[in-house]
Amino acid sequence: MIQRECGVLKTSYAADMALYPLPIARKTMVAIAVLFALVLPVALDPYYLSILNLIFIAVIGAIGLNILVGYTGQISVGHGAFMSVGAYTAANLAVRLDFPFWLSLPLGGLMAALVGAIVGIPSLRIKGLYLAIATLAAQFIIEWMINHFTWISGGVQASIEVPRPTLFGHGIASQLEMYFFLLVFVVLAVVGALNLMRSRIGRAFVAIRDHDIAAQIIGIDVFRYKLLAFAISSFYAGVTGVLYTYYLGIANYEQFQLGVSIDYLAMIIIGGLGSILGSVFGAVFITLLPIAIRWAMESFGGALFSQQAVLNLIPNLRLILFGLLIIFFLVVEPEGLSRLWRNIRNYFRVWPFAY
Amino acid sequence: MRKDLAIAAALIVSVGALLYAPTATRAQEEVVIGLLCDRTGATQTVGVNVCPGYHDYIALINSKGGVEGHRIRVVEIDHEFKVPQAMEAYERQKKEGAVLISLYGTPHTQALSQKLAEDRIPGTSPGFGIAASADGSRYPFLFPIAATYYSQAAAAVKFVKDQLGGSLKGKKIAYLFYDNPSGKEPLPVLGELSRQEGFELRTFAVPPPGVEMGAQVLDIAQRYRADFVISHLFGRSPSVSIKELKRAGYPLRKVVAFVWGAAEADIEAAGGFGVAEGYYAMQFAGVGSDYPVLDEIRAMYRKQGQEPPKVMASTVYYNRGVLIAAIHVEAVRNALKAKRGQKITGADVKAGFEGIKGATFGGLLPPLEITAADHEGGGWVQIFQAKGGKFVKATDWFKAYPEVVAKEVKATGIQ
Repeated sequence: MIQRECGVLKTSYAADMALYPLPIARKTMVAIAVLFALVLPVALDPYYLSILNLIFIAVIGAIGLNILVGYTGQISVGHGAFMSVGAYTAANLAVRLDFPFWLSLPLGGLMAALVGAIVGIPSLRIKGLYLAIATLAAQFIIEWMINHFTWISGGVQASIEVPRPTLFGHGIASQLEMYFFLLVFVVLAVVGALNLMRSRIGRAFVAIRDHDIAAQIIGIDVFRYKLLAFAISSFYAGVTGVLYTYYLGIANYEQFQLGVSIDYLAMIIIGGLGSILGSVFGAVFITLLPIAIRWAMESFGGALFSQQAVLNLIPNLRLILFGLLIIFFLVVEPEGLSRLWRNIRNYFRVWPFAY
Repeated sequence: MRKDLAIAAALIVSVGALLYAPTATRAQEEVVIGLLCDRTGATQTVGVNVCPGYHDYIALINSKGGVEGHRIRVVEIDHEFKVPQAMEAYERQKKEGAVLISLYGTPHTQALSQKLAEDRIPGTSPGFGIAASADGSRYPFLFPIAATYYSQAAAAVKFVKDQLGGSLKGKKIAYLFYDNPSGKEPLPVLGELSRQEGFELRTFAVPPPGVEMGAQVLDIAQRYRADFVISHLFGRSPSVSIKELKRAGYPLRKVVAFVWGAAEADIEAAGGFGVAEGYYAMQFAGVGSDYPVLDEIRAMYRKQGQEPPKVMASTVYYNRGVLIAAIHVEAVRNALKAKRGQKITGADVKAGFEGIKGATFGGLLPPLEITAADHEGGGWVQIFQAKGGKFVKATDWFKAYPEVVAKEVKATGIQ
């Protein structure tokens, strides 16, 4: 019998703050772990694994942005630029100094964290839309610098070809190998963020988001924690950039332009601000939706239109549907997909005794 | 109500499944080609004309019984000029069994370059992509198949030299370019040629999105007083450059544009051929509708009782689509011949590309010769001029400074 909340009593603070509040959560966790580590990689075609890989990369980036925007309440539209900082740092280290991935990856993240902390300085004086513009400036400055400084970008083409990561002499190249490679980092990112958010630092972030003056009064060093939020968020972004670089085998700043920053903002807003699960949902949603719409159009479009028309219609209808569905989901649940999920879960928690 | 909805949904899904199923079962006798398009993204004006051209030529080949008895199936996916979408699209095309990918967009070509080599599937990047991929020994599975930005720069300088009376000594050339990696790629070649030919080169960057260039153009026309302008712009910006140059009073017959600033749509957006009179545009495919292949396509449409589609009027991009498809078909034909009609792989098509020589389709294609070392096929271009309401051929197929281009191709790498 599946256990539900009924009869689960918490007698200590530790139990209340546990990662798995219910026994069933532990079992679900094991099931999910088995699914992702054993079942999916065996069962899925490389094509579907490639989609999962793209989702994995997006999940890490979305969690990073959610730490800053959702938890700390500091808006940033420079997320893409921080990714490119990580990407180029790692690419330069990997190519010029022959660093292995387990060195260049954290170093790329740290460089992004440093740049992020510097970009975060205006957040000490300005908020909201003003901060958005300040981070927008950072996005453009970083893009421009990478485009024009050849010692960063490696030449006028501003792209650095990076060798595949190797582990014990074995190159990680195929989609299946990449899947496991990325899975490790997704798990680290999710568990890390979950734990961070129930620590002192996470509580401080939330306090700053809810009311920064009140937070200061209760003894939180706002200066320090705001910059820390920027640094941690940018670290995640940097790691995303490095993983993306290793996934593609090339670092190119055109993959991290303003549109990417906006995409990530869309992910966390649709997924749910201030929720790790929401970041995952958002990343999955934004990555899968265009694919799902195209699949549907290809399947059913032929019944309604001629072949030539379908080819022209699919991409355009896809954009329209994409926008409409985002609006639809936000109207249905303004707090995002994670809230939608929570509502469903709460309904079944006490099911069938609704009252 | 809910039950009705469920039934309706189930019906739709099953109908869709029926429509979708046949594609999987007729896999033996066909050759699959993946076509990446941009019909909705930043360079949408290109994609909506190139891709129909591609499909029409393949349809023509299929209507004549295919290549060596094999039908060609094109899996087109629109990537919106975004890299993650292009990655997903490529994996999808690979899953469908594509032995050849028609790439689109420089960032996407770069992102896929390593993957293509690992999967041993050739990809083509005509007129864009990595200039160094002309070197087939370094990029075995990338085929520019048309003039790269290096060759375009060399050809532009040669053309300017001829226009200015055979010598460039002491002349002033302005390079007006889109400030992104593709725009900056030709800079090493231009710099080298300015040293060799003794002309003064000044660069004028147009920052993205490339619709503001009044200051740069005024600078070119009135302060720098360039003897000639070489422009390398994308998307909406070529039309803006024509308008701005006109406004600044600079003669358009002293402007030559690279291949992406040279379509009917750009001229129209700038105010029509009357405004753009004199503008020189570089091309890697023939322009105009006076080619036997295009007549065949029109005949094919008429035979089916349809009018030829309107996109055929956009001859610059439509013809490029036909050119890309024609080269692909030649490569597939070579591969099938080599394997005597058995199932071909990406590596066979690669070898097929490397055997392409001298198929010109009545002047639509340059005298290409692709070899294992030279994946560019020579780097041929043609220059057309906007004159009296249409593009008129100003030069025949030519290439220039091959030794400078070859040197830069070799030297390209991390700096």
